[in-house]
Amino acid sequence: MMEIMEGSHAVAEIVKYCRPQVIAAYPITPQTHIVEALAQMVANCEIDAEYITVESEFSALSACLGASAAGSRVYSATTSQGLALMFEVCFNVAGMRQPVVMSIANRSLGAPLSIWNDQQDSISLRDSGWIQLYAEDNQEAADLHLIAYRVCEDHSVLLPAFVCFDGFILSHTYEPVDMPTQEEVDGYLPPFVPYQRLDAKDPLSMGMYATPEYYMEFRYEIDRAMQRAKQVLVRAGTEFSEQFGRDYTGLVEGYRLDGADTALVAMGSICGTVKDAVDEMRDAGKKVGLLKIRTFRPFPAPEIADALRDVGTVAVLDKNISLGNSGAVGTEVKAALYGSGIRVLDYIIGLGGRDVRKEDIAKIVDLAEKGEGDMFYGLRTEVL
Amino acid sequence: MAEVRQGCELFESGHRACGGCGPALAARLLLKATGENVIIVASTGCMEVFSTPYPETAWKVPWIHSLFENAAAVASGIDAALKKQGRDEKVVCVCGDGATFDIGVLCISGAFERGHDITYICYDNEAYMNTGIQRSGATPYDASTTTSPAGRCSLGNVHQKKDMPGILAAHGAPYVATASVAFPNDFMQKVERAVNTPGPTYVQVHAPCCTGWGFESGETLAIGKLAIETGLWVNYEMVDGEVVKAKKVRRKPVEEYLSRQRRFRHLFKPVRRDDEIAKIQAIADRNAEKFGIDIRRKE
Repeated sequence: MMEIMEGSHAVAEIVKYCRPQVIAAYPITPQTHIVEALAQMVANCEIDAEYITVESEFSALSACLGASAAGSRVYSATTSQGLALMFEVCFNVAGMRQPVVMSIANRSLGAPLSIWNDQQDSISLRDSGWIQLYAEDNQEAADLHLIAYRVCEDHSVLLPAFVCFDGFILSHTYEPVDMPTQEEVDGYLPPFVPYQRLDAKDPLSMGMYATPEYYMEFRYEIDRAMQRAKQVLVRAGTEFSEQFGRDYTGLVEGYRLDGADTALVAMGSICGTVKDAVDEMRDAGKKVGLLKIRTFRPFPAPEIADALRDVGTVAVLDKNISLGNSGAVGTEVKAALYGSGIRVLDYIIGLGGRDVRKEDIAKIVDLAEKGEGDMFYGLRTEVL
Repeated sequence: MAEVRQGCELFESGHRACGGCGPALAARLLLKATGENVIIVASTGCMEVFSTPYPETAWKVPWIHSLFENAAAVASGIDAALKKQGRDEKVVCVCGDGATFDIGVLCISGAFERGHDITYICYDNEAYMNTGIQRSGATPYDASTTTSPAGRCSLGNVHQKKDMPGILAAHGAPYVATASVAFPNDFMQKVERAVNTPGPTYVQVHAPCCTGWGFESGETLAIGKLAIETGLWVNYEMVDGEVVKAKKVRRKPVEEYLSRQRRFRHLFKPVRRDDEIAKIQAIADRNAEKFGIDIRRKE
């Protein structure tokens, strides 16, 4: 049913339908309305879950790890500093192959303190072994949770996932969302069947330490699982499309790329702005398109190379910066297109909530076509 | 009761602990007390490392290790999951003193405040032994460790042992106890009582470390006993925040305990530090006064 929903509430509602047994979340540093909404649902007996009011994000994810290891579907949400505090546990959850799903309402990291949006938080955990999905709008933010649980809990994957959606731009914004029913969700997402669990009837040791004779093979296995996740994502996305009519068959999604000379590459809510800008530029005769990256981990390098094979110039929009190098997405898109002869330029945009408008997208395309890039875009030089 | 348990070994031999390891003995004894229907949550530390080098494990019950500091939080999640699934396994954290007194305090405080049905057992060998004998909040006054070494201008650890049992009792824990591997039946009874008390319970077991403390591996129990007999370690139980029982002793001078361990050697050589020994004697005297452990001789 179509409803006008705040991004956070849309996510909370879909999480309810995913029937997590244990929810652990910390309210601050900073948080969204997701966990408040879930707490109210638990208080109203709308959801049959244990809600652990932990004392930190570090404990939130640790509790999720324990509950998942004991065989329950779990959920948490965080952002920014909270995710940074979870850093150690993030690597552990992935290494222990627990299919934890966590919403990340992307926000910047201090210092300086900023509560506003960019994607530095989740990008900084790109090597942690979590699947990373980025939503363009509130509908996609909700839908990706269903897909994430399906994929993470698949026994050929068994990895955790971040479902990322831009803080404030989506999390605190109202949009129309077609919310499925419990029955529809149950038809798509079966109950969690753990591959292994802590059980006195069948004892096992989890989280043992590995000597140099074994450690690399563990890491290899995680990487293989990440690679397998691509196919499982495509399958889960295809089945989602068939059941709900919204298309998630691809790890990436092209928009008006046919015949494009210049392609923009972006992740998250900026894609909506880019699509509008592309429409205007197309109307003005410019051959411009967009490639939206929905799945950042596993990184869809061949899919990106294939989608961009016919363009001459690529402008990557990065809401993050690997200080001392460039944006993370730009770096990886360049690697994906290595040897193709396609010119790839990176633009650091929108850090700490700096607004990016349609006219900015048009200006970036002009810069890219002139070969000017690998730069911060939109700096206020008067305050430097 | 102890005899009945003799045939029930849930902590397998063949692990890599030092000969005479107090914590290894604690692991063996505590599993006799919990029985099979348990899930163990370990912190990073000596016991984790010597008992679970992949692909070998000494644990014949479900066991999980995540990180150094988060055992109580992991246990919180397990407790919640078991509750939701209608399962009845006991959730027992087994963690060293560094994980308990220092880096894990936040997670422990949160778990105890929330009232999870977990038992937290701290095997207290009074320093970070796994990584080379560094001091922790559990290291006693004047003990020489690699980060509180005795030297020309140092007499070892300048801080006194943190009162973790008191801290956790103050969280409202219904049952808090201290024990020693030198008194196995007492330890096992306390673990049994802890796991069968609903809510968060705490047992801190003194587990002498021959490698870190510097004594012969055959002396583990003797050293543990001397800690009790000198009043430097008190075995007691707290119910709902009140001390209900403490083991009484005919106290010996602390020197008998200190002089048998390398970590206190600097108090005797090259020059005998009667002033420092007197300070440690005063700690024992305060313990005796606080817990009323002295058996008074009739005049």
